[in-house]
Amino acid sequence: MSIAGSGARRREPPDCVVISLRICLKPAVAPRGAVLNPVGLNAMVESTLDMQPLPHNAAVEAMPRPPASIVPLWGLPIVGAVLVFEVVAIAGNWLWALDFFHVVGGALWTGIDLFVGLVIGPIIGRLSVQARVEFSARFMPKMVLIMPTLVTMTLASGWQLARHLQYLDASYPRHDWIVASFIVVGVMAVIALGVLEPANLAVLFELRKPKPNGILIGKLMRRFIYTAGITGVMQLATLVIMTRLAT
Amino acid sequence: MTQHDALSDGAAGLIERRLPPITELAVATMIIVVIGGIYLAAHIPGDVSLAPAVVLLIVAGVLVLVNLAALTRVGEFAWRTFRIVFGWALLAYLVIAGMIEYAFVTDGTRGGPLIVLSLMLAVYAVDVPLILSFSVARYQEAGPAADV
Repeated sequence: MSIAGSGARRREPPDCVVISLRICLKPAVAPRGAVLNPVGLNAMVESTLDMQPLPHNAAVEAMPRPPASIVPLWGLPIVGAVLVFEVVAIAGNWLWALDFFHVVGGALWTGIDLFVGLVIGPIIGRLSVQARVEFSARFMPKMVLIMPTLVTMTLASGWQLARHLQYLDASYPRHDWIVASFIVVGVMAVIALGVLEPANLAVLFELRKPKPNGILIGKLMRRFIYTAGITGVMQLATLVIMTRLAT
Repeated sequence: MTQHDALSDGAAGLIERRLPPITELAVATMIIVVIGGIYLAAHIPGDVSLAPAVVLLIVAGVLVLVNLAALTRVGEFAWRTFRIVFGWALLAYLVIAGMIEYAFVTDGTRGGPLIVLSLMLAVYAVDVPLILSFSVARYQEAGPAADV
């Protein structure tokens, strides 16, 4: 994968803001059909972010920006309500509510990860520059709020369910699967919090600048695409583990 | 020099400037905390030897201190952006860490395992905001005028 790889067209007239970057997959790095590039991920990575130079004034000023707060503030009460309800469910040992939080949160978390990584990603790669920036500026702030909430909701309720159902006990016959789920979540947490989320935030801050740095956005987006693909594959492992436990 | 050239030079400077490996150290810290957390979670509620977890906790704590020391040696930096992102991220991750702590306390985890878990959560609650805030601020121009 490279930025400004072969074939990247660069038209850089003077007095323009260059948001010109190209992300392509080099066969030597990751051949078509590689394990980490199932289904649409190849297309997503191969799709180029060939952001053409934008006119200095009109287009830049018209470019959509992430909200000043980065995080959509109207969503915070919803997040607060979800977390409070979950705390109450944990305190009250409400098995149905815990099950609800775990199943709904886990389904959304897994579904969004797979959908964004394998479906939305390739589509974004084929949109026009303006559409891509507009989509990212509106989509990423919401993801900053949604994903940590879903993860917290799923993991806290899952832990409580495992305790109630005696799955945490080392004598449980499938305890190894439980530990495997801890490891998968741990790896995903490191990738998400150590690489993906910082890249997401840095892109949002860059998009708020009067003259966003296209090279930097390309570098961060490349990181985002790789990590989204890896977490997508990890989510498949989660599905295998959870269905093993439920069978 | 055209406006574009000036922009490119500034952009390249922001991307290529040499900074201490704050992010790398913070991710290493997080990996250690996650391993310690998995180790404890895999053993509780039964008896668990705390020695491996304590060793991991000490290593993680030392890494955080080294990281903070390295951070103080950074010269020109977008400190205002760093502080804003760190503050809000710290608030968010204190809430998350608080929920995890609450779950362990509710489950009856007590004594040594609870202390080690709590300290690991404290490291985690500081470490993640450090990664986020540094990752954002490193690409911002230093100085109040350019700061977000």
